[in-house]
Amino acid sequence: MSLLSRVAERAYWSARYLERAENSARLISVYGNLLLDLPEEAGVGWDTLIDISGNGDVYADLYPSPNARSPLRFLVSDGNNPGSIRASLRMVRENVRTTRDIFPSEAWRNVNELYLYCKESLRGGISDRRRHEVLTRIVTGCQQINGMLASNMSHGPAYQFLRLGRNVERADMTTRVTDVATAALLKGREELTPFTNTVWMAVLRSLSAYQMYRQYVRRRIVPEDVLAFVLMDDQFPRALRYCLYQLETALRRLPRPDDALGAVARLQRQVDELDFNVLDHAGLHEWIDMLQLELGVAHAAIHRTWFALDNAA
Amino acid sequence: MKIDWNKYDPGQFYDELIREEGKPRQGAGALVRHLASLEEAQLRERQADLERAILEMGITFTVYSEGENIDRAWPLDIIPRIIPARQWSKIRAGLEQRLIALNLFIDDLYHEQKILADRVVPREIIESSPNFLAPCRGVRPPFGVWANICGTDLIRDSDGTVYVLEDNLRVPSGVSYMLENRVVTKQVFPELFASSQIQSVGDYTSDLFDMLASLSPRPSDYPEVVVMTPGIYNSAYFEHAYLAQGMGVELVEGADLVVRDDDCVYMRTIEGLERVDVIYRRINDTFLDPEVFEPDSVLGVPGLMRAWRAGNVALANAPGAGVADDKVVYSFVPQIIRYYLDQNPILPNVPTFLCSDEKSREHVIAHLDELVVKPANESGGYGMLVGPQASKKACREFADLIRKDPRNYIGQPLISLSTVPSIVDGGIEPRHVDLRPFILQGERMAVTAGGLTRVALRKGSFVVNSSQGGGSKDTWIVGREQ
Repeated sequence: MSLLSRVAERAYWSARYLERAENSARLISVYGNLLLDLPEEAGVGWDTLIDISGNGDVYADLYPSPNARSPLRFLVSDGNNPGSIRASLRMVRENVRTTRDIFPSEAWRNVNELYLYCKESLRGGISDRRRHEVLTRIVTGCQQINGMLASNMSHGPAYQFLRLGRNVERADMTTRVTDVATAALLKGREELTPFTNTVWMAVLRSLSAYQMYRQYVRRRIVPEDVLAFVLMDDQFPRALRYCLYQLETALRRLPRPDDALGAVARLQRQVDELDFNVLDHAGLHEWIDMLQLELGVAHAAIHRTWFALDNAA
Repeated sequence: MKIDWNKYDPGQFYDELIREEGKPRQGAGALVRHLASLEEAQLRERQADLERAILEMGITFTVYSEGENIDRAWPLDIIPRIIPARQWSKIRAGLEQRLIALNLFIDDLYHEQKILADRVVPREIIESSPNFLAPCRGVRPPFGVWANICGTDLIRDSDGTVYVLEDNLRVPSGVSYMLENRVVTKQVFPELFASSQIQSVGDYTSDLFDMLASLSPRPSDYPEVVVMTPGIYNSAYFEHAYLAQGMGVELVEGADLVVRDDDCVYMRTIEGLERVDVIYRRINDTFLDPEVFEPDSVLGVPGLMRAWRAGNVALANAPGAGVADDKVVYSFVPQIIRYYLDQNPILPNVPTFLCSDEKSREHVIAHLDELVVKPANESGGYGMLVGPQASKKACREFADLIRKDPRNYIGQPLISLSTVPSIVDGGIEPRHVDLRPFILQGERMAVTAGGLTRVALRKGSFVVNSSQGGGSKDTWIVGREQ
């Protein structure tokens, strides 16, 4: 069966939104736990998550006079925030609904179930007590869908577009989390110094990386090691280098991949050349900015090559 | 509390499951006994299971309401409708006969028009039909078949006679719900499927694919077949996706297709342009090609008619097939069958008065309070008058409408639709049903085992359309055919 450009694009986006929903749910859940461990004078609040989401402008528009519950509501249940978990799952559902002919039928069923669960349990906001339960269920639900697609769908072109979407989004998330954490920690904010360890552990957990870090790095938590693990490890699925490798192999299975492969190769080179010995936090921030730009270039190449292909004539 | 079938009373109507005083009809014994063995609470529980399954399976239909499109869960009543296999084989033969004759009729209209020359069907009826499309004249679709997929609506009167109410030859929908109803009902009543002889309906998508593939203009083992949808806002989008998925073919929208200078149709894929052989199109004729019909249509593909006329792509149903899907033409179907096949119709029509005929018109207007009046060209139950249930004022307004545009109206006696026991708030009550089987014609013919049973869930209502409060039931053809 041939893959329509329009369908390829929707597959790509459904994977991106699914990954986004899962990442946000995990991040918020971990962050909620972290806040319980930090005293008020540490000066850390939910606002940090808004920084990570990169949607500060939207937040300011939607919540001109925010209260304590606003950030969480904005990130989880606000249908007007296109980056909220609820909106992400709605987009997954819309994209799968309009391409359900290419997915195994259980996929649509699972996506639909998860969306209905989310809509139902987020009605009227989300209480502190139920937060963990609901977010965990969302993470599990996303993983079920990914697992089901991986094992029930032929790994042909449509599946490669899912992989592209998933790994572009993952790479994006990993770099955002790293960026915000380093800004807070490497700058040496004094209030945080006693809690450095706790915060770095939270960074690892928010990328589902804590356990694997412990197994593979086998040292106490050292900022350089954490950064090296989440950015440069070549075996951990959420590490930036690994995501780029996934992009590369997915692209190699598609027709005419050269344009997009070039963009990914530039990203890979950037990761290879990363050297923590010469970078201070400002340098790292700049490095991440550049990487985000290149990620945008890779996305544009994918779009140009397969989605916006004007071959009418 | 258990169901007491002795208290179940369909009144003057023909009930599809219960004969009299709680006695089951032929083929329905196992089901009726099984239902009676369940507590009412258990039955309700199963109905709730079924509704949950439908919601989670995402079986929906789209309604346009209050300015937006809403996806509603498909309404399915747990109690199936049963037809004995012997009765069904006669109905099936009648459906095949009808479609064969209608296709000969359509082919004749777009070529020699012998039936008009022989004055069996009045010429002005065809010439005044908005569904007779001049650009289709002279085209020869494969096997001379124009309507490849037909959904015929059947109803049963109180004396048990099955009538054809209408032939849907344009883009009939509902077959996916028939298939899903079976999947869900099997989950809820596995024990009955294990013990009864219920004919399977599962072959439809492969029959459909084989039929479509047989239309391909390029002889090849792998014809490129696609389903063409107007998009997600169409009320039958679920079905379009379902059928594409079931056949393993691409679901395309107009913008995915392009006709090039060679008059062939291509789709835009990640590999580049790929030639398309057969389009199962689920958009109406006049939206197909802005070069020929509606110039503003964004749903269609410029040049599609050109490609079709050149024989480079098959369209199913063929454009122009709708000329036989018109309530005025309907009234001539018995004559059409006799004319082309020299056979008596196996399935009767509902007696129909054409308002274009002066005598009939006066009869209809004088008896509006007894008749059902329908516009010739609407579907979905819109724009009709059910005389016995209408106000005097509505009848007067309709009389004016008829006088203004007589060609567009027909009158029919109100047929007392048969009933099937259905779950309602207070337990089990009779509700009125119709039946839409689907008939395929390409190189060969195929008819679904049963079809989609639609049920009017409101008490006393005869309106079964899902857009107007109708639900559905699984349909079982039970027993062996002769």
